[in-house]
Amino acid sequence: MIAEIGHYALILALALAVVQSTLPLIGAWRGNAALMAVSRPTVAGQFVFISLAFACLMYAYVVSDFSVANVFENSHSAKPLMYKFTAVWGNHEGSMLLWVWILALYGAAIAAFGGNLPPGLRARVLAIQGLIGVGFLVFLLATSNPFLRLDPVPLNGRDLNPLLQDPGLAFHPPLLYFGYVGLSVAFSFAVAALIEGKVDPAWARWVRPWSLLSWSALSAGIVLGSWWAYYELGWGGFWFWDPVENASFMPWLMATALLHSAIVAEKRDALKSWTVLLAILGFSLSLMGTFLVRSGMLTSVHSFAADPARGVYILGFLVLVVGGSLSLYAWRAPSMRAGGRFRPISREGALVINNLLLVTGCAAVFIGTLYPLILDALSGEKVSVGPPFFESSFVWIMAPLLVLAAAGPLMAWKRADLAGVAQRLTIAFVTAAVAAVLLVAIRGGPWGAILGLTIAAWLIGGVAAEFFERLRLFRVPLMDSLRRARLLPRSAWGMSLAHAGIAVLIAGAVGASNWQTESIQVMQVGEATSVAGYDFTFVSLDNSQGPNYDRRVGEIRVEQDGELFATLYPEKRKYWVQGTDTTEAAIHTTWLADIYVAIGDPAPGGGVAVRIYHNPLVPWIWLGTLIMVIGGLVSLSDRRHRVGAPNRARRARRAGEPAQPSQPNESKGAT
Amino acid sequence: MKRKHRRLAFVGLGMATLGLAAALILLAFDDNLVFFFSPTDMETREFTSDQRLRIGGLVEEGSVVHDQDGLTVRFNITDLSAIVAVSYKGVLPDLFDEGQGVIAEGHMQGNMLRADEILAKHDENYMPREVADALKQSGQWQGEEVKE
Repeated sequence: MIAEIGHYALILALALAVVQSTLPLIGAWRGNAALMAVSRPTVAGQFVFISLAFACLMYAYVVSDFSVANVFENSHSAKPLMYKFTAVWGNHEGSMLLWVWILALYGAAIAAFGGNLPPGLRARVLAIQGLIGVGFLVFLLATSNPFLRLDPVPLNGRDLNPLLQDPGLAFHPPLLYFGYVGLSVAFSFAVAALIEGKVDPAWARWVRPWSLLSWSALSAGIVLGSWWAYYELGWGGFWFWDPVENASFMPWLMATALLHSAIVAEKRDALKSWTVLLAILGFSLSLMGTFLVRSGMLTSVHSFAADPARGVYILGFLVLVVGGSLSLYAWRAPSMRAGGRFRPISREGALVINNLLLVTGCAAVFIGTLYPLILDALSGEKVSVGPPFFESSFVWIMAPLLVLAAAGPLMAWKRADLAGVAQRLTIAFVTAAVAAVLLVAIRGGPWGAILGLTIAAWLIGGVAAEFFERLRLFRVPLMDSLRRARLLPRSAWGMSLAHAGIAVLIAGAVGASNWQTESIQVMQVGEATSVAGYDFTFVSLDNSQGPNYDRRVGEIRVEQDGELFATLYPEKRKYWVQGTDTTEAAIHTTWLADIYVAIGDPAPGGGVAVRIYHNPLVPWIWLGTLIMVIGGLVSLSDRRHRVGAPNRARRARRAGEPAQPSQPNESKGAT
Repeated sequence: MKRKHRRLAFVGLGMATLGLAAALILLAFDDNLVFFFSPTDMETREFTSDQRLRIGGLVEEGSVVHDQDGLTVRFNITDLSAIVAVSYKGVLPDLFDEGQGVIAEGHMQGNMLRADEILAKHDENYMPREVADALKQSGQWQGEEVKE
């Protein structure tokens, strides 16, 4: 009964989505306020019904109702309760239901927070969201219905893939989807603006918070997946340039570009049609990511079972959305007036280069990801494009971006003075030089790692320079600087945090990929070995049981110079139902490096295979992303995104002030 | 600077970036493409030991032998009409098992693939697409149950 209610609720939601995507569009076209007003209740209704469906599926999982095929295939009565909840989206059907639920949530949020949107724009934005909703609900009901019944009812289920029974992966999909689907809002705004033929600073200001939210969620979601891969796959890597990782990384790159170009559109009324294009491309790449993962087109660690019907449907939907929106763009964009002028050397110019590099980097990832598919289709030859490709293309495209990120925020709008910027960057020159000298002295190489970390240090220095500049630190009394810090707009804090976070993240990624020490050997109980200056003693190996698995737990003492440094307990689990193994690495972090130990299978001659890694700077990857996400959220909480009807950007900028041409009201006292 | 010149400057900059990126991408492709073959393909081809390649198929039942050092594993990859011997030193992925789909990446040494990377897929219902195709080509594809 519960499953039927869920199924029925989905059908009702689809009916509402059809109404939502048609009547308000007609209303906005004809100027009929009553028809436009239809969108808000339908959005609310859609959200309620999809929530109901989601709750029904969750209920079926929690009570282990194995008459529902989806529950039978992905759950088991002995599974811990938490994974009964998270199993809801640990499979294709459930994850698509999560997708439409988040879409409905965003729709409801636009309706709730969009009180200050012009009614025509709001009606159109919600109608486009409705269209996307129709596309996905039809997909769900026609090809991926999670509420199908089984007859006869099996006694127990097949259990969730043990690799997914993990807290890190439990929350990776929801966050990722929050990011993916968040880009649909920017997309809907872009299409609505194209229909209206009007993009102004107010439009950019509406788009920015949604892009910020989606960017933050996407960053968190991607890194959560990366963190999971790091500790669960047991071989010490954190990013594999796997097609599905790339599929989530491309929208992230586009969202990053969009965030930056929307600033120009908001503050300077320039780069407008470019911003619209980025919004379209960002969501198109999210859809493509979904298509690649769901259709099983790519061989990847993440793919669920392939089903050609789904692939064909999503491909058709993708062609419709991308083709339709790009055609609309080609038709309407030329009529948009270019706004504020600027010189090549200016803040706008720097942001243009930022966008160029991000989009080019995204193109490199795109080519590397899709080339195997294209070659296979054209010639039947099968190839794979591995990490070396991305390391020698994408990484080199990003390097100048990071160098520029230190200078860009110090440039004035319209026309900047390079000599002045260089002078303000003194701190960055100093930190970069110190870092380079120290690194050469301590580690000596490889030179790629030295270069990467020097760039990270340069960026940190640049962030500090820009921040101190705002506070007038050391130039006015300290109390004045503190007062400035307090009155600084949140968006300025957000930017500094996000840029600092990316510097920390890059330092972590560079260190981890260049300086990892790996040691694999068979160890008997009692045996000792030495890796990267630490002594590892294999103390014991015990067997025990978890809630739904057997486990073998090793105890490994780590000593440094004869003193106990850490005790690690790596695990190997065998899950009862599916009979598969998982590796649970044990990690001790010093925040400068991780000591990482994983155990494998027993060797024929006794003992077990033990993998020991010393991973310098890996914790910085997680730390850096955390700082970045906090930066995004702080910026999102900026008053300008919340308060009142969006006025045109204030031109309250004072001469010589490098930052923020438009100060929000609360920071007026600071300037 | 006139609007036209400004636009020209940006277009030039864009072209330069794209050109540079294209050059980087092509160079990167040159060295880093890894071709995939099925065991049947391998019968008709010769490879030098500096060519990196991937071989995919099923792990032949009963072929997995662990060496006394506890780390080296030898096994055969089969598409059910031909086999390739593989040796790998390291810890196998959790889902590696006899009869399961697998992809091994490495260099040929004589008639044996010296693999430095073994991919067994995470979802055990899931067959790597290349492996499924290789099986279909050799006429051994039996739909869903091919794993057993």
